[in-house]
Amino acid sequence: MDSSAPDVPLWRKLLFRPREGSIETLPGWVQAINWIAAFGLLALFFTFTFWRLDVGQWNWNVLWNYRTLFLTGFGVTILISIASLLASTLIGLVFALAGRSSFLPLRYITKIYVEAVRGTPLLSQILIFFYVVAPAMNVENRYLVGVMTLSFFSGAYISEIIRSGIEGIAKSQIESARAIGLTTAQTYRFVIFPQAFKQVLPPLAGQFVSLIKDSSLLSVISVNEFTKNAQQVNSITYSTLECYLFLAVGYLFLTLPISLLTRWLESRNKFDT
Amino acid sequence: MQLSVKSLSKSFGAHRVLQDISIDLPKVQGLVLIGPSGGGKSTLLRILAGLEYPDAGCGGVVFNGKQIDFEHEDALVAHRRRVGTVFQAYNLFPHFTALQNVTLPLVQVHGHSPADADVIAMESLQRFQLEAHARKKPAELSGGQRQRVAIARAIAIKPSLLFFDEPTSALDPEMTGEVLEVIEELKDEGRDFVLVTHEMGFARRVAGEVALLADGRIVESAPAAQVFENPQNEVTKHFLAKILKY
Repeated sequence: MDSSAPDVPLWRKLLFRPREGSIETLPGWVQAINWIAAFGLLALFFTFTFWRLDVGQWNWNVLWNYRTLFLTGFGVTILISIASLLASTLIGLVFALAGRSSFLPLRYITKIYVEAVRGTPLLSQILIFFYVVAPAMNVENRYLVGVMTLSFFSGAYISEIIRSGIEGIAKSQIESARAIGLTTAQTYRFVIFPQAFKQVLPPLAGQFVSLIKDSSLLSVISVNEFTKNAQQVNSITYSTLECYLFLAVGYLFLTLPISLLTRWLESRNKFDT
Repeated sequence: MQLSVKSLSKSFGAHRVLQDISIDLPKVQGLVLIGPSGGGKSTLLRILAGLEYPDAGCGGVVFNGKQIDFEHEDALVAHRRRVGTVFQAYNLFPHFTALQNVTLPLVQVHGHSPADADVIAMESLQRFQLEAHARKKPAELSGGQRQRVAIARAIAIKPSLLFFDEPTSALDPEMTGEVLEVIEELKDEGRDFVLVTHEMGFARRVAGEVALLADGRIVESAPAAQVFENPQNEVTKHFLAKILKY
């Protein structure tokens, strides 16, 4: 009794996914066709816009001519990103826990920190940090200042992400942990963190991607990262489009793996509650 | 066990949940708390289990000659480590297997080596015919199986006393039977326990003492046979008449 297949028209099968809960699956070739179609549509749109613009002579060889500048910039961006990623996760974790402390000053400092950082532009934070805070604390290395600013900026968002992850754990879980005699630290380690990890992965991935892109703002304090160096090449060669298109691809190259990695981690940590 | 509670009160905000509760049982094996919802049964059990503390300066609890120190969190943790508690539902940690759920307190709280803990936990699971499910996560188990794993976890640490807080309220009748059977087995073994339940027939079978709580007070407290056959208090009579009608 195969009654489901016949009356679905071909164009529906080709362009739409099967209804939720039906036994039909989405064939690989349909997925492939639609991916290609999606790319094709976008490519068409941008071909049109570039054609209207009439760029004239593309000058792609600047990328090769200035490869050392691009490569060192790219390397610096990677290093800054990795350092800020680690530091901001640590800062986020510390502030997430501090925000739950029973010691009130700590709690309130956390609230002020989070609201102040999230409510002001990163650009002004970088400048304030660079011209006021860093000199006062005798930090002279601008790369270090950059990493610190980025870490404190991103740490505020991460602390909120972790806090919501912790608060999303069912009360009964914490009660069970207390009932079997776990201490508070053990409850975090064995019950709260492992379960919160799954919850915070998607927003955390989004934050990491933002962090990498935000590192481009460090160009304003002359940190020679990817964006700064691309700007420099542009100012020498006037090949604006070439430089900035390459810049976009470069950042995508860094951020896409993060998205893919978190997808994979998510699927690996699946458990029903 | 010996249990005495002296003029204990508990409020949540302005709401008085328990009012001047006193119980004095020199020797009892099973204390069963019954009564209408919101009457304070679960709160009393949670205080006895060391999960909640009474209002400041209100009341004391003595178990087997030992006063519970509600003032200090370490003392409460130590008390919780000596007893076993089973809740209504979702006792188990969903990211651990049944076996890991049982070994966690053995290793982290009671200082067993992981290998020892595995042996003890498997014995405990075998008791309740759960050995085939040892490697499954809670989501793969039925409600009755989950609750039996929770009981296995509670008894694996050799507790001096067991607390059951409505252990079958989230289960269908078949699974309820499954879990009650296990509790009765533990009772026949001579284990001390405190149970909150709405299963009146079961309460009567296993209770040494039955206390009926309503509006935060103990309305009546007496041996099971007396409460069910010859209740003295109007509230008790009314409650039992209503609940036994169907």
